[in-house]
Amino acid sequence: MTEPILHINQLGKRFGGFVALDGVDLSVPVGQRLGLIGPNGSGKSTLVNCICGALQNETGGVTFNGEKIDGMVAHQRTRRGVARSFQLPRPFRSMTVAENIRVPLLYTVNARRGSHLTRAELEDRCMEVLTMVALHDKASQSPADLTQVEMRKLELARAMAAEPKLLIADESMAGLSNSEVEDIVALLIRMNERGVTIIMIEHIMRAVMAFSQRLVVLVSGKKIADGKPEDVIQDKEVVGAYLGT
Amino acid sequence: MRTPVFILILSLISAALYFAFRYVGNDYLFFAGYTVLQYVVMATAWNILGGYCGYVNFGSAGFFAIGVYSTIFLYTLGQSVEEVFPEFLQAPMQLIFPLPLPILIVVAGAVAGLVGLGMGYLTLRLRGVFFAIATLALAVVLETFIVNWSFVGGSRGAYVIPPNEIPFFGPYIQFLFVLMLILVVLALTTARLIERSRLGVGFATIRDDELAAEATGVPTLRLKLIATVISGALFGMAGAPFPYYIGYVEPGSAFNLSYAVNAIAMPMIGGTTFWAGPMIGALLLSTLQQVVTVTISSAVNLLITGLLLIGFVILAPKGIVGLWQDWVGNKLKRSKS
Amino acid sequence: MEFDLLINAIIAGLMLGGFYAAVTAGISISFGMLDIVNIAHPGFIILGSYIAYVFNMHFGMDPIIIAILALPAFYALGMVIYQIYYESFEKHGQDSLRGLAFFFGLLFVTEVALNLVFGVDYRSVDVPYIGGSVSIGAMEFPVRMLVPCLVSLAMFAGLQLYLSRTFIGRAVMAVSQDPQALQLMAVDPIRIKRIAFSISMATASLAGAFLIIIQPVIPSSGREYIGRVFAICVLGGLGSLPGTLIAALLIGVIESITSTFYGPSWAPAVSFGLLLLTLAVRPSGILGR
Repeated sequence: MTEPILHINQLGKRFGGFVALDGVDLSVPVGQRLGLIGPNGSGKSTLVNCICGALQNETGGVTFNGEKIDGMVAHQRTRRGVARSFQLPRPFRSMTVAENIRVPLLYTVNARRGSHLTRAELEDRCMEVLTMVALHDKASQSPADLTQVEMRKLELARAMAAEPKLLIADESMAGLSNSEVEDIVALLIRMNERGVTIIMIEHIMRAVMAFSQRLVVLVSGKKIADGKPEDVIQDKEVVGAYLGT
Repeated sequence: MRTPVFILILSLISAALYFAFRYVGNDYLFFAGYTVLQYVVMATAWNILGGYCGYVNFGSAGFFAIGVYSTIFLYTLGQSVEEVFPEFLQAPMQLIFPLPLPILIVVAGAVAGLVGLGMGYLTLRLRGVFFAIATLALAVVLETFIVNWSFVGGSRGAYVIPPNEIPFFGPYIQFLFVLMLILVVLALTTARLIERSRLGVGFATIRDDELAAEATGVPTLRLKLIATVISGALFGMAGAPFPYYIGYVEPGSAFNLSYAVNAIAMPMIGGTTFWAGPMIGALLLSTLQQVVTVTISSAVNLLITGLLLIGFVILAPKGIVGLWQDWVGNKLKRSKS
Repeated sequence: MEFDLLINAIIAGLMLGGFYAAVTAGISISFGMLDIVNIAHPGFIILGSYIAYVFNMHFGMDPIIIAILALPAFYALGMVIYQIYYESFEKHGQDSLRGLAFFFGLLFVTEVALNLVFGVDYRSVDVPYIGGSVSIGAMEFPVRMLVPCLVSLAMFAGLQLYLSRTFIGRAVMAVSQDPQALQLMAVDPIRIKRIAFSISMATASLAGAFLIIIQPVIPSSGREYIGRVFAICVLGGLGSLPGTLIAALLIGVIESITSTFYGPSWAPAVSFGLLLLTLAVRPSGILGR
């Protein structure tokens, strides 16, 4: 059995007296499409932040690709192949759309050993990514001129441009229309087919069910279910805590 | 425009300026010009950390003073070789001292850069706000330290006596003027190089959204440290010739609050996202300040500077360069429709 | 070791600390709770000192009375400044660079304006109880320090009560932690923040009176308080009034001992040095959240 790409062991994190994560275990095999759901405040974002380095976990461990990444700062983890998109898009506002994509190319892809894109290759790669999310015609616009959907696509594109092995999409579809949701799901599946392991955090159940090969449910900082999507949504505890009837 | 060409053009302009002043023959031009050039360097230096990265340094006077006092220290050392050094070192030391000014400038830059590194390492991992307050604290700690250090004169101050004349230039002030011109070229070239490089992109991400910058792979702490070191070093270098310019230095003049204000006001008024913005702000503001000081008073002059800073920060945050860019942008839009 | 000297240094330090608490209360509210870096606050304190000076000079009134009468004016000033700050900066999201530059400009302009009007001579107030001293055994309590310290502690206690007992006070504490929850309770967070900021500005009036009672004042006196105030705020833990008091007393005592045994010229370095140290080692402070 090959090494899981991400292995979380008894992860714990508190904020003052509040326990955000309470001994979470999670092991993600390479290439999986994992859906992570749970009510607001259940610790999903905290989990993402601990995996990506925006926060440091207090107890337990995070192993990525066989390497312990616990103490590492966010950019070090990104360079090793963990990328995330933010729940509320955070584009670099003083730059154009294309320049936003250039940042991970310059600072993540080009920073990896053995990889050095020339200026021309960089531009090509940038356009490739933008074309994947259908934003290539907005390349020289400011993020302020983008619609909601386009902002979220830019957010995902920026994470994709870092050429991650693991991508965490944090509620990238909130507030989108049905067809827009389908667009994003299709995009993520395409990425997965290229070999990227993806963890999708969402409330939109349609998207989650369409996308996930495996479903994990987090409630009050604890994992209460983990398995095949069609089984998990029938689980009594999950229904009671989150899904409702 | 490639950088070597840029340097060449700046150098030609500088040379032309120097010879023009020399032709006019009035030394006042060199004295006033030195001050303006000093501000150009300081404003540009401040902007590398403040404008590009978004980390405000209120303690600019501190880094400037490091440069001033490293010169005073080495000068005093050179003057008191017999008291300070043991017998066997005195002869070689007499040969080395007094150190030529260009060397003093380099030393000052190194010391100031190191202090910037140390302070940055302590405080840059915190929010920008705490960094700003820490810079203020540092300036005061430094000033207290200097005031209590009698070797460099303490609160009584120190005298530095420059030679009257120097070969090729003639009056010493012309030599100082040229040195400052060189520093200006260095500062502007550095700022422009940063702006056009990967480093500049990284700085901008830190300014825009540090959390997102880290998530996209930008090593924010390292870059902030680089900015702090470069900025601090340039400030120190600007301060190194100051004792020779002014002759008598006491802590109040080196740690002058107007340096701190001008270092912030000039870039913010001129424009913080463009390498020439601080220079434009420095030229405009120091000219204005000279005029007001002479016609009204120096206190009113400071008042006007402060009010201008507040005004621009509220109304024209992108500075004059920003206003110009918007105006050009609007003209283009209107001509298209 | 001169025990008497040490005891009196500590007592002076405690009284100084009580005064520092009043000076810092405003920042504790504006920075600790509202996240507004009002570094101009010390400048406004000096403004308060000069107002007390002028009215004391011309009408012979007690500075503390003057300060209390001036409270509404400072409160109104706070409202104006907050409105400008909100419209220009806070509304548009994070741009702390400009906000900082704004307040720095305010600090600078205040100092220079005072310079223009009053010049650089030291000013002090003429009050009957300055110069006297209460003695208990070997311990000396200079009245000019005792009175401000006691009134300052009273003001501090009043603030703490207000924040914990009244509706608006609790709303202020709430807005610092969760503005959205506040909105759900049909309370306008902006209005609450404006009130809180104005209260913080009002404390400057009293603090200014205390300052000029304790020592003579010049326009640039504000500068040495910037670091001190933030040092106390950070050391005590942002947003915690009790923490601010403890930190203020601590710094007062340390400064007093340093001043007594090593000379007054080292005193500024104490609080600033402590600030740097705290930021480096434990940024959340003693009682921080």
